This record gives sequence, C-alpha cells and structure tokens, in this order.
Amino acid sequence: MELKAIFYLIPSLIMFCCGLYGFITRKNMIAMLISLELMLNAVDMNFVIFNRFLFPGQMEGMMFTLFAIAIAAAETALAIAIIINVFRWVKNIDVRELNKMKF
Amino acid sequence: MESVGSIILYVVVAAAIIIFSVLAVTTRKILRAATYLLFTLFSTAVVYFMLDYQFLGAVQIAVYAGGIVVLFVFAILLTSHPGHSSERLASSRVALGLIASLAMLAVAAYSLFTRCTLFNAAPELTPEQAVDMNKIGTAILGTGDGQYLLPFEAISVLLLACIIGGIVVARKR
Repeated sequence: MELKAIFYLIPSLIMFCCGLYGFITRKNMIAMLISLELMLNAVDMNFVIFNRFLFPGQMEGMMFTLFAIAIAAAETALAIAIIINVFRWVKNIDVRELNKMKF
Repeated sequence: MESVGSIILYVVVAAAIIIFSVLAVTTRKILRAATYLLFTLFSTAVVYFMLDYQFLGAVQIAVYAGGIVVLFVFAILLTSHPGHSSERLASSRVALGLIASLAMLAVAAYSLFTRCTLFNAAPELTPEQAVDMNKIGTAILGTGDGQYLLPFEAISVLLLACIIGGIVVARKR
C-alpha cells in the first residue's frame, strides 16, 4: 500500500468541514474562533500536501503555510483582544446578544 | 511502497485528526473544545513531519500549539466559567450547519476522488531536494527569484501593528 496524496487530503477536507459546521452552529465568539482556526489549519495542510506531492524539492507551498501561520497568529491575538474588550463592556460574548455597534 | 511503521503512523494520525476535529466543534464545554483543537494541531504537525517538512512541523508546534492555544485558554478563562457548558443548540441551526458542511464535503470529496487519485505516492527526496534550514533561511532573506524578503518584512510590520492594536484594544480605560 502506498500513501497517496488523497490519503492526506481527505482528513484535511474533513477538518475543514468540521470548522465550517462549527462556525455556523456555535454562538460563543471564542468557539467560532476555534472553528476558524480549524479551517485555516486544513487549508495550510493542503498547501503543504500539494507542494510535497506535485513539486517536491520546491518550497512555495511551505512558504505560503509559514506566512499563513504567522498571519493566523496575529489575527487570533487581535480577535481575542476585541473579544475581551467586548466582554468587559457587555459581560457577554454570545453573538446573538451583540447586535449593536454602539453601546 | 511504504514501511509498515509509516502506515500505522498514518492511520493513527488520520484518525486523530478526524476524531479530534469533530469533537472540537461538537463538545459543549468550551475549554474542552480548546483542548481538542490542541490535539488536532499536534496531529497536523505530525503530518508535516511525515511529509519531510521538519521546520514547518516545529513552527506549527511552537506557534499554534504553544502560542495560540495558550491564548485561547486564557481568553476562555477570562470570559466564561470553566465548568459551564453552553446551552443546547437549536435544531434548525444544527440542520443548517450540517447541510452546509455535508454539501461542502460531498462536492470537494467528489472532485478529489475524480482528480487527485491520479497522483502517485510522494517521490523520495534526493539530498539536494531536501528542505533544510540553510535553504529556508536563504529563501526567506533573499531578494532573488522565488525568494521572500518582501513578504517577510511585511509580516514583521503586520505583527508590530497587531501588537500595538492588541494593547490599544484590550487596555483598561
């Protein structure tokens, strides 16, 4: 048995669909952010897999993933800062309650 | 032809990715969701190691598992009670999410199975093809063809902006 590209692509596809499901169903802002991280991670994995199987010896996909990880870290830090600030103002991070831009 | 050990490792990692990512979005305790996310990220790092990208696996563990998940845990502890489980989801919302994700799964799996099964197994890397630290450092800090100095500098400015923005947004007034 050989480990083909499809064997790696299917888990990453399932990870992406889990993220999609979580992003639609969750109400807690941090849980939505966790789902977002799952989706980003699945996409990163796809970059690396296609790089390794189609163009071994080059590293474009790897560099994309490296920069995507850095940007995801920045985005998460900023999103969590916003969430903590929102929590300080309204004592709640349920997205159904947060329907006003101005408090 | 792969060795038996790498196939066993593959099966364990693939099962871990699938199980933990499903659990991360279905559990009702938010702290557990963060823990399952951590396990999923570790499994992804193992996939990177299996595909011979050692540096990327190390970055994945250091940045994602070490940085982002810790940030998540702190944010969860600051904004909710640890033992508190979220209320049961409305079934209409669950149905909507299931429809969207299963449709996505069906379409993408169809296109993967019709197109990507043609790919062969990963070719063995020759020594000059192997991605070592020397090559990565040259690629990040070079200005030539296929080198990434400009994105690297842009990322550093972005991180600085993010640090300042995080402080300004989250600071007590």
